[in-house]
Amino acid sequence: MKHIVSRSLPLLAAWWSLSAGSVALADWTQFRGRDGSGAVAEASLPTALDPQKSVRWHADLPGRGLSSPIVVGDRVFVTCSSGARQSRLHVICFNAADGAMLWERQFFATGRTMCHEKTSVAANSPASDGQRVFALFSCNDLVALDLEGNLLWVRALSLDYPNVSNSLGMSSSVVVSEGTVVAQVENDTQPLALGIDAATGLNRWKLDRPKMANWTSPIVFRDPATGRETVCLQSGKGLLGVEPATGKELWNYTEGASTVPSTAAAAGVLYVPSQGITAIKPGAAGQAPTQLWRANTLRPGTSSPVVSGDRVYTINGAGVLSCGNVQNGDRVWQLRMKGPFSASPVMAGRFLYAPNETGLLQVVDTSKPEGELVSEMELGETILSTPAVTTDSLYLRSDGKLWRISGG
Amino acid sequence: MRYPVPFSRWSVLFGAVAWSATRLWAADMGEALTTIRAVGPEGQGNAAAAQAWAQVAGAPADQLPKLLDAMNGANERARNYLVAAAATMADRQLKSGGVLPVAELGDFLLNPAHQGAARRLALELIAKVDISAAEDLMPGLLDDPAPELRREAVKRILDAATARATGESKGVAIALYQQALGFARDGDQVEAITQGLKDLGRNVDLVQRLGFVTRWQVIGPFDNTGGVGFDKVYPPEVAVQLDAEVEGREGKVRWKEFVSQHEFGMVDLNKAYAPLKEVAGYAYTVFHSEVAQRAEIRLGCKNGWKLWANGQFLFGRDEYHRGAEIDQYRLPVDLKAGRNTILVKVTQNEQKEEWTVEWEFQLRVTDPSGRVLRSAAPADKMALR
Repeated sequence: MKHIVSRSLPLLAAWWSLSAGSVALADWTQFRGRDGSGAVAEASLPTALDPQKSVRWHADLPGRGLSSPIVVGDRVFVTCSSGARQSRLHVICFNAADGAMLWERQFFATGRTMCHEKTSVAANSPASDGQRVFALFSCNDLVALDLEGNLLWVRALSLDYPNVSNSLGMSSSVVVSEGTVVAQVENDTQPLALGIDAATGLNRWKLDRPKMANWTSPIVFRDPATGRETVCLQSGKGLLGVEPATGKELWNYTEGASTVPSTAAAAGVLYVPSQGITAIKPGAAGQAPTQLWRANTLRPGTSSPVVSGDRVYTINGAGVLSCGNVQNGDRVWQLRMKGPFSASPVMAGRFLYAPNETGLLQVVDTSKPEGELVSEMELGETILSTPAVTTDSLYLRSDGKLWRISGG
Repeated sequence: MRYPVPFSRWSVLFGAVAWSATRLWAADMGEALTTIRAVGPEGQGNAAAAQAWAQVAGAPADQLPKLLDAMNGANERARNYLVAAAATMADRQLKSGGVLPVAELGDFLLNPAHQGAARRLALELIAKVDISAAEDLMPGLLDDPAPELRREAVKRILDAATARATGESKGVAIALYQQALGFARDGDQVEAITQGLKDLGRNVDLVQRLGFVTRWQVIGPFDNTGGVGFDKVYPPEVAVQLDAEVEGREGKVRWKEFVSQHEFGMVDLNKAYAPLKEVAGYAYTVFHSEVAQRAEIRLGCKNGWKLWANGQFLFGRDEYHRGAEIDQYRLPVDLKAGRNTILVKVTQNEQKEEWTVEWEFQLRVTDPSGRVLRSAAPADKMALR
């Protein structure tokens, strides 16, 4: 048996290397989606929400979490934390069709699990390259599994780097680009960004980062002209673009940025939560990005911006949704929502979906001249997690439940 | 009963195949488990461990005790490979209608020589088959040396007490709280029990119960403008001389005694001096251990801090006002028999908000399971010399 396994591995590895990275466009593979815009242009979701008709299914979760679900093909992946001091970590796979749990894997936290009571140890969203799922937790345990739940590798970043922690909790989500899993484990004491080989779990690169707490997530920027990917690392200092496989600096935006909401990307432009929102366009390697505009009126609160078509949307700390023009940053309209919000809004077609902290899911028709709240649905549980969107469904989770919202 | 001859032959054949397969698995398992246990820092050994994991996770469920046994002494990274493999083995077995080796798992659970997390996993595997059996085993784990098991048993009593804390069962609640208090070792559980008793009119000396060290010699303030004091080596880090006078931020400073009266044993340097910003201070004590032993120094602190035991730097953290809790940091230490020195540096930053005033820490010494260790001699000034 052992020989069969060892003989099969090179073939398996070859198949894997050929197929890795084959993410379907319909998949929602990381925090705020595959392209980091937070939007799916061609989507058909219910816009008149009805608890009886719109909830396709809901499933119980075994622990807390405010990480986003991700969707790969017909599977939904969610992370949770449970037990004494949330020291038990869960990665769970559900069947998207009916909400049945297909498998669950548990791990012991090896790093500190202390965090603010509002957040949890399962705060970082997982990511997938279409073949594997990478799950990072606030305690800095990072695990890689295949879609069937087979364990591929384990990293205990708090054992490797003992001072990467934050007593309020960590929340930066991982991204995967060109076979490299990128994790920002940034804090006041030992701030690092790591590029980890998706196949082996070995470090490809490690960068010292600004010495400050940081809860933002990296984003993968795809140059529409070349298709080349850049991983963008946000911090209080700004936004650093690095080569995914090497961590080599490509460009650096140094005018400061938020340490809570994260950058969004669309059509070759990055929308950075910096002095409001600052739109920048990366250029050639070694050159500073071009600043297209800056709009203080679009300053986001906790939620990250979302970009769809020629509009960028933000929700500020007072729960006001602002619609901005991506050409110049001018505010087009404002709409007062029912807050407060921790989750980032997402877009499906022209409709914006925004769950607030009390569990009220609100739907805004952004095509109306002033934006119009067209529907809302009470989910009855605290929602701090950003939803996932596919062409026909919205997935969102609380500490206790995972919902699939769809029309059919 | 006599089986027809063909059936009997097939039984023998199947039995032989199963026996051979189990022997094969057992032999391969040992090698695979060794490979998993060899994983190291920064992903070293992961590639080989992934292959070994597939082999272990694919083994028959009767190999579970062997897998659990491999958790004994395994490093924390390897432990996570093993826990995932155990669950995979068990789930596959149960989904196919098979059984788990519950008796062997029970033996493993009840043997305190095994590693705590592995025994906890054994309990969870038993619960997958028979949840009521796992519940029945819980009271027997109330005084277990493994924190992973003891905590759960205490929690059940604590929950029972809380459920009776209002209404006519208050007397029962008090008795249950007191029972829980007798076995609880985790700071947060002791705190919850103490609060429950306090609400019912019974006061508990939390400092005594949790063993906070309250008697210290302190010196300061030293400069921490712009955070420079965290890395700067001030005289107490070179040598603790309790009768020495050294240069502080605002002139000469001397050691002085500070005894915490705080209900959670906080050593409040704002009380020892004055509410100050951008400063550093030191606190020093002596802990007398009756025997040489492995222990933990457990610290709670929302300021920057560094800690030395017997002159050896253990750990430090340059983080301010992100929160504090009992046993926030657990620092393994080898205590000598007799006199052990503990020096804590606490730095305060420049923030002005109301929630950034604190310049303090709390500290206790326990064994690795959380049992309070108390100094065998008082830390008065003469003893500190």
